[in-house]
Amino acid sequence: MSFVQNFPFFSIILAMFSGIVSSVLKGKKARVLSICAIAATMVLSAAVLAYCAATGESYVYWMGHFPAPWGNEIRAGVLEGLTALLFSAIMLLSVIGGVKYTQTDVEPSKQNLFYILIDLMLSSLLALVYTNDLFTAYVFVEINTIAGCGLIMITQTGRSLTAAIRYMVMSSLGSGLFLIGLSLLYDVTGQLLMSPAQEAVGEIVESGQYEIPLLVIVAVVSVGLAIKSGLFPFHYWIPDTYGYATPTASAILSGLVSKGYIFLLIKFYYRVLSPESVVRSHIGNVLFLFGVAGMMLGSLRAIMQTDTRKMIAYSSVAQIGYIYMGIGLGTPEGMIAAVFHIFSHGATKALLFLSARGLYRVSGDRTDFLALRGSGYRNRLAGVGFLVGSLSMVGFPMLSGFISKLLFATSAMASPGKMLTTLIALAVSTVLNAVYFLRLLTGLYRPARSGAYDAGAGPDGAAGERVNAPGFRVAVLCLIAFNLILGLFSQPIVRAITEGLAMFS
Amino acid sequence: MFGELNLNLEEEAAMVLFGIGFTMLLLHRNLIKKILGMNIMDTAIYLFLAAKGYIAGRQVPILTDGVTDPAAYINPIPSGLVLTGIVVSVSTTALMLALTIRLYERYHSLDLDRILISMKQEEEEQL
Amino acid sequence: MSKRKSPQELGRYLKFKRWLAGDLDLLEDVTEDAVPVAAPEIADRLPARDSALESRCRASEEVYGPEVWPQSHAPGYAQAWRDRVALQKGAGDAQAVLQAQEKSLGFFRAVYKIMAVLLCGAIILVFLWTTAFLPPFGNPDNPANNEVPARYIRHGVEETGATNFVTGMILDYRAFDTFGESCVLFIASCCVQVLLRVDACDGKSAARTRIQQENDRLFEPKNDGILQQTARLLVPLIMIFGVYIILNGHLSPGGGFSGGAVLGSGLILYLNTFGFAKTERFFNERVYRRMTLCALTFYCLAKSYSFFTGANHLESGIPLGTPGAILSSGLILPLNICVGLVVMGTMYSFYTLFRKGGM
Repeated sequence: MSFVQNFPFFSIILAMFSGIVSSVLKGKKARVLSICAIAATMVLSAAVLAYCAATGESYVYWMGHFPAPWGNEIRAGVLEGLTALLFSAIMLLSVIGGVKYTQTDVEPSKQNLFYILIDLMLSSLLALVYTNDLFTAYVFVEINTIAGCGLIMITQTGRSLTAAIRYMVMSSLGSGLFLIGLSLLYDVTGQLLMSPAQEAVGEIVESGQYEIPLLVIVAVVSVGLAIKSGLFPFHYWIPDTYGYATPTASAILSGLVSKGYIFLLIKFYYRVLSPESVVRSHIGNVLFLFGVAGMMLGSLRAIMQTDTRKMIAYSSVAQIGYIYMGIGLGTPEGMIAAVFHIFSHGATKALLFLSARGLYRVSGDRTDFLALRGSGYRNRLAGVGFLVGSLSMVGFPMLSGFISKLLFATSAMASPGKMLTTLIALAVSTVLNAVYFLRLLTGLYRPARSGAYDAGAGPDGAAGERVNAPGFRVAVLCLIAFNLILGLFSQPIVRAITEGLAMFS
Repeated sequence: MFGELNLNLEEEAAMVLFGIGFTMLLLHRNLIKKILGMNIMDTAIYLFLAAKGYIAGRQVPILTDGVTDPAAYINPIPSGLVLTGIVVSVSTTALMLALTIRLYERYHSLDLDRILISMKQEEEEQL
Repeated sequence: MSKRKSPQELGRYLKFKRWLAGDLDLLEDVTEDAVPVAAPEIADRLPARDSALESRCRASEEVYGPEVWPQSHAPGYAQAWRDRVALQKGAGDAQAVLQAQEKSLGFFRAVYKIMAVLLCGAIILVFLWTTAFLPPFGNPDNPANNEVPARYIRHGVEETGATNFVTGMILDYRAFDTFGESCVLFIASCCVQVLLRVDACDGKSAARTRIQQENDRLFEPKNDGILQQTARLLVPLIMIFGVYIILNGHLSPGGGFSGGAVLGSGLILYLNTFGFAKTERFFNERVYRRMTLCALTFYCLAKSYSFFTGANHLESGIPLGTPGAILSSGLILPLNICVGLVVMGTMYSFYTLFRKGGM
């Protein structure tokens, strides 16, 4: 066994261990430890990715001394490595970029608790990505939920507390449904690990026994994870949750947490059920329908907002709709597009949330469109970051959003029944995205009302240097570069996703 | 269709409780009752799991008299899952209760709708 | 030549321009437009003006800030006074708006209730329908009773050393789940600390500190002789029982979680009887933090060692001992002790955090 194969396990344990140690550290040390742990995780995940890409196959890793149906296992392949790498990269940039704002938003004596939450969030995301065991997935889904709730309410304003309780209620519903689905699955298959469960499901499907329980299991698990990731009819908690947290938390929640659940759902479809039985159960059609509805209504609600925070949050609803639409297409191409959009949206949303906060900062901490007028001049870097993020969301060529839209459109060609709907939905939603993002962008680069802001923050170009902390500058620049890389050099990533999905089954 | 219902009475009780808890958690306006609903829902799942582990006429899964024949004991896996599940639900309950306390301190109400209304009013006053 | 715009067109155009500039909220709530004039009724319901109480309320508002309303001083009157202030302000009119909204919500609420019952019924029906197709209850031939539990029972004792198969399963075969579960407890206690811990150094929550301490005086022990004598008798027994459950986790029903909960309840009883001053002599926040850190670190390292050796097919070299003895079953006993300590600390810290925001 090669030493590199230990790395997925090392990265999970490292993140957890740094969280545990942070409980006795002061805020600053906890921050350094957390950033180091995330960076180390990134390196380890890159090594895993390189190893899996070189050997061309996935492997399972025993968590203990016992093989598959008896002991816990994790599993690593190209897609897992890639996801872990990109997730930890986005998380690192969000944490670095938001350091300054975290210091002001979080009580000084509770800073270390914030970084504990970040560490455990990372470890649970990694565990969700790597796990090969359904019950482990449930436990880490819960860690993820509680850490997410902690990240929302860490600012302790009235808005964030109510957002946290709504988030918690919806997430508990999702967890409950996921757990009952798991129990039913255990009842009819007798397995908790994914690989033996898949065999057992295959036998059940062949014999025709337990057809109805299997249908209910697919529905319940899908609905549970869809609630947790905020698919359209269950999106009510999203605007407050994403909009009013500290920027690091917003970026992580919107960019990564909901994506972790979607990744688990994809894993459930590929590794426990088979793609064919998913298609046969028609759950894909339901997800497709709600995905398209989410794209439309999320964008429409975003247009109606005058508060930037809520606008960005509603745009997340629309983007989650894109991902579910891709899953719902029921073809491998659709799934590839969905996975690519997971990464693309994660990078873009982190950029948008961070740079939006940079813009509020030079606008007297106000978030409505009028106050933000001209802020693109007052904080150049944040303005450019927001510009790139918005254009990527709209689907401007060379940026990552364009590639994901292209992938969705080409994958729609392969599924005749849904081609027209998908294409129309894409077109309409692109126009809607353009409407709300460009409306804000034109405002950003329009001169502010005279005398609204003092001369120090005026459009003299030097202001941008002063207002931005070094971490923020690095993070925004890296995220812009990240978007460009995803947009310009998408071929290797798409190839890796294709390879990884092929390894899944 | 419902002809075989009497075979699984324990599971049916669990499912009825799950439905009640789920609806309470989703739709009740009172936060404390929401939390109660969540606990009912979780407990229903544990009842379901425990019922699934039972095998008629067998012993608890603890070694007695050196017998290591699987036919002598019930299935230990659901018991283990229930143990894990209980700890998870204790944690979630504690967190939600703490949130409820904070919200009550701030808005003097346990009614989620009222809390939302007074939160919006408070924000309007600040503007 | 440009055509002149009609007034409607112009209006629409202006509205569009305002929207484009982000000036106009298209989502204005309809309910807020309804003008609620219920003010006189409220004024009638208010109790007579009590200037002494009012000044007390005002004074405590100055001390504690408007955020924390001094409920403890005059619960009923505080609300009434608040209403009066709102009425006097005229603009706010909090209660009246609320009432009007609730009146308009009445119909909605009725529909809501019916929908709730229907939803509940639908969920129950779907799941009942599912259970009708599940394997029958208590049948040894069910799919769940396959080779997995068979190995746990047949080889459990020789592979894990634990005579309690459930403990052997959760702490050896499926130990990663259980480690995750301890982390759930740890992170939940972190979140509760974020919400409820009151730090003295911090100006923002100074008001909360005072409120909490004031409330806490209601609970402080009143040197109740009966209670203290009973507790002197019971606390040692509870503690010994908890330790027994933890130490016998691999031999009989029990283990770290249940034993830790018993220990935690014993500590809480001691605290309630003898007060914080006495308890903090041996169990304060520093002890708690260090204990949790040590226990979780040991757990993490021990399990990492075991996972690493297992995955790389190495011998772990940890002796399993004689099955049935206290000192047996390898890592399970120390892990149970760690889990027990973590659970005890967490239970106790939940209690103190809920009660007065810190240890």
